[in-house]
Amino acid sequence: MLVVAGLAAATLAGCGSESGGGSEAGGGGGDDAIVMGFSQVGAESGWRTANTKSVQDSAKEAGITLKFSDAQQKQENQIKAIRSYIQQKVDVIAFSPVVESGWDTVLKEAQGANIPVILTDRAVDSADTSLYKTFLGSDFVEEGKKAGQWLVEEYKDASDTVNIVELQGTTGSAPANDRKSGFAEVIGADPKFKIIASQTGDFTRAKGKEVMEAFLKAHPDIDVLYAHNDDMGLGAIEAIEGAGKVPGKDIKIITVDAVKDGMQALADGKINYIVECSPLLGPQLMDLAKKVVAGESVPARVVTEETTFTQEQAKEALPSRQY
Amino acid sequence: MRRLLWPILVLAALLLVNLIFTPGFFSIQLREGHLYGSLIDILRFGAPLILVSLGMTLVIATGGIDLSVGSIVAISGALACLQISQDQGLFAAVALALGLCTLLGAWNGFLVAAVGIQPIIATLILMVAGRGLAQLITDGQIITVNDPAFKLIGGGYLLTVPFGILIVIAVLAITVFLTRRLALGMLIESVGGNAEASRLAGIRARGIIVMVYAFAALCAGVAGLMISSNVSSADGNNAGLWIELDAILAVVIGGTSLAGGRFSLGGTVIGALIIQTLTTTIYSIGVPPETTLLFKALVVTAVCLIQSQAFRDKVFHRRGRAAPPRPVTEEKVRVST
Repeated sequence: MLVVAGLAAATLAGCGSESGGGSEAGGGGGDDAIVMGFSQVGAESGWRTANTKSVQDSAKEAGITLKFSDAQQKQENQIKAIRSYIQQKVDVIAFSPVVESGWDTVLKEAQGANIPVILTDRAVDSADTSLYKTFLGSDFVEEGKKAGQWLVEEYKDASDTVNIVELQGTTGSAPANDRKSGFAEVIGADPKFKIIASQTGDFTRAKGKEVMEAFLKAHPDIDVLYAHNDDMGLGAIEAIEGAGKVPGKDIKIITVDAVKDGMQALADGKINYIVECSPLLGPQLMDLAKKVVAGESVPARVVTEETTFTQEQAKEALPSRQY
Repeated sequence: MRRLLWPILVLAALLLVNLIFTPGFFSIQLREGHLYGSLIDILRFGAPLILVSLGMTLVIATGGIDLSVGSIVAISGALACLQISQDQGLFAAVALALGLCTLLGAWNGFLVAAVGIQPIIATLILMVAGRGLAQLITDGQIITVNDPAFKLIGGGYLLTVPFGILIVIAVLAITVFLTRRLALGMLIESVGGNAEASRLAGIRARGIIVMVYAFAALCAGVAGLMISSNVSSADGNNAGLWIELDAILAVVIGGTSLAGGRFSLGGTVIGALIIQTLTTTIYSIGVPPETTLLFKALVVTAVCLIQSQAFRDKVFHRRGRAAPPRPVTEEKVRVST
């Protein structure tokens, strides 16, 4: 009996969302404009900025009303934002989780309010996958593997040990965990590759520089730097130059993201290889949002299209780079 | 001077740990025309924290606290980078950023001294709102600037010495002169001891309070310029995040009482260096990132315990239980120094 009542309520709420949206956007004159609540991680890098812009622009194009909030890298802010979206009865919630774990409670609240959730860019580790409709974003493990494959190829003739230092992203975040494990998996096949130091640089230039300075002093024999994003790599380049070494030659650098500043450094020969992680997922997100709100089924995992760049490819791609 | 004994010992111990793990830790070379070495790094990356802590010391000496310095760091960097990116000229940019910071500090002081709001609440307002202001200035983006003169402030070198270190030395010298050679330090301690009694004794307590908050904000402003200059970009979200807590910790480790009424600038500098050395240590000896915060917490707890007279007496003088009141009298003597 209770279940039936619950189902009925759910269907009612499903229909009711239109009237709710109508009264809210009453002055707007839109017949049934979808309202999307989007909680962004923050503005920690150029990549994130481009991601934010892509979401905002494509929402405008798709005629979706976007309620945007910036969590400033804090999970509690993000949970607060999602709760407020639930209270405002938005039609769909999309967010990029700051960290992987600890989302079950708030996602259940959204489910209880019958608001579909789309994850963008980063995943959550909830065992219950019914808590969200789909996950749109890059495959970070694959990115780590691509970075590792280039390294294996680059050093296939070398017999000496290759000393690698790693600048990890924010501790506990999905891209940091996955880029680390994907990379480790590929290079782990050959014992000559050795990660001699691995620390978090919080995805920021300042931290990347500070940590790299310490690495350079503690380990005078670094051959390769693997940074989980361009910004940390750019900070590290300053540290390497300050130490009188040539980035890209004395120390080979692999990064992930391919933002404009990173591509510039790649074209200048300071970075050796960048694995792209495209932030321009706005149009795909709006597409999915429309389908989800209309009740159509969507695949549980949608991967954004991405490539990799060598120095030559960067020179070609640089002039048309948007972000 | 005895007050500084424990902080100095802790700093020495931390450096020693580094020497064991990293043999070349103490070596300082001349590379690319500037000084290069781990010790230089600690001073260079510690410079902003030392500056913020110096300002915080004087605020705490008046019995107050300033939580807004982290946000002011972000505002200063954001405003300066915005101005430079719009070709407003370096001096105008720096002057405007520092001017705004000082004004914000004076506002804090006004809330505390004239309106009578508790310092922790008065500065909490700007701590929260200030970061929003920084993001408003940067429009939520990271502003990248390319100005070699601006780069000098936090990332450049003058006569082989990192410029940031020179700024710290200058600010420290001025502060020590003003507070220890002139009567200002005594007036600050007097206000911290008892603001009302000081006022009745003819000290302009309100003016002193407004001044120390403005000074703290100015220091934070300079630190903000350094931090953004070091990476040639302003990051409204992350610049100076939690630096206010590190600064309070540095002040306390340095032996300044949170109750106000006395302060030690030398202790604060050592406290800030301990915190920065700890950070560098974590990177050099390879503490896994997942346990970094726990490691820091353990070290800081140990530092605080070792500085506590009561704790030391309990642990090191178990047999001397028959003569308990000794530490109390010593504490009183210290207050007068």
